[in-house]
Amino acid sequence: MNKYLERIYNGIVKENPTFILILGMCPTLAVTTSVSNAFGMGVSTMAVLILSNFLISLLRNVIPDKVRIPAYIVIIASLVTVVELLMKAYVRSLSNSLGLYIPLIVVNCIILGRAEAYAAKSTPLLSICDGIGMGCGFTIALSLIGACREVIGNGTLLGHTVMPSSYVPVAIFTKAPGAFIVLGTLIAILNALNIKNNSSKKVERCDGDCCHCSISCSPEKKEA
Amino acid sequence: MTNMILLLIGASLVNNVVLSQFYGLCPFLGVSKQVKTAFSMGAAVVFVITIASAVASLIYSFILVPLDLKFLQTIVFILVIAGLVQFVEMFLKKNSPALYKALGVYLPLITTNCAVLGVALTNVQKEYGFVNSVLNGIGTSVGFLISIVVLAGIREQMEYNDIAKPLRGMPIVLFAAALMAIAFTGFAGLI
Repeated sequence: MNKYLERIYNGIVKENPTFILILGMCPTLAVTTSVSNAFGMGVSTMAVLILSNFLISLLRNVIPDKVRIPAYIVIIASLVTVVELLMKAYVRSLSNSLGLYIPLIVVNCIILGRAEAYAAKSTPLLSICDGIGMGCGFTIALSLIGACREVIGNGTLLGHTVMPSSYVPVAIFTKAPGAFIVLGTLIAILNALNIKNNSSKKVERCDGDCCHCSISCSPEKKEA
Repeated sequence: MTNMILLLIGASLVNNVVLSQFYGLCPFLGVSKQVKTAFSMGAAVVFVITIASAVASLIYSFILVPLDLKFLQTIVFILVIAGLVQFVEMFLKKNSPALYKALGVYLPLITTNCAVLGVALTNVQKEYGFVNSVLNGIGTSVGFLISIVVLAGIREQMEYNDIAKPLRGMPIVLFAAALMAIAFTGFAGLI
């Protein structure tokens, strides 16, 4: 059982996809204008991630090595289409505000990255736990960014006003630049804590995928 | 004619693909350490997005719409893009080794660039015709090229600066991108 819990802990804390692995930046920055959007995006990505990890892990001995990437992409794209149609049918308003970012879950590097780095080599149950962990880590990170941006940029949290009435919202935080600033600040805070604890964490090896590249080549690694 | 020019400017500067729409952030942050590599990546993206938006537009209007299979668009587009990238790679390898050498490493990475799929889906959503789809593709990808090259220039300069320890690596790059995004909002008055 410990193995399974370890996977979940690993996804949320040790290898948090947003803050540590720096994967899946597009939805992270684009839909975090409010907590509800961020949470919706996190949960739909988690659903796709868990199912794709499960299916790919089941099929790992059937899919030939040479065509594995296209095969993964077909599996992921079908799952995303299912999620997209379900969201259109049942949560119309969320689906409207997330817009094009729902079909774009297909190219979210977290999903293909986990398929390649974990699900293709592990048992189905462990892969599901990995999906849950990574999905939770992603959802928590997105909600955190969403909360910062909503409070600073709009003075509200989940639609309720939380700041005193004298507070003037900094509108730029709900726009594009704010996303970069908030994410940069959060990563910097985590870095500062890490340097204090002096526990330099090992990051997974690059898979030849663009997103991983930002990690393995970033200068901070040389420091540590 | 004016409409087309407006579309080009709008897609490349006003609604800059990276800095205001957040498509293609992974290569934007990952492959922007040097101006030279950033330019190669940008050029490869221009190449692929232009072809991909043309092919996707044709497939959508001549295959998916007549057969009433619009709901399959995500699956079809991503497969077309993956196949196209592979094809472009093989074609360049055979016919233009020099260009292949310059773009080679970056081509396979483009499949996971969400800007490509993003443009194809936007074209369908906004019901652009064939010509407008291609123009939108060119505009968007040129916007990507501009922003990745500018960011790479900034990062090259930052190499020599003494940056506070927690900010080293990703955070300072994100702050630079934030300042660029603020600058790019200035283009909003163009159209």
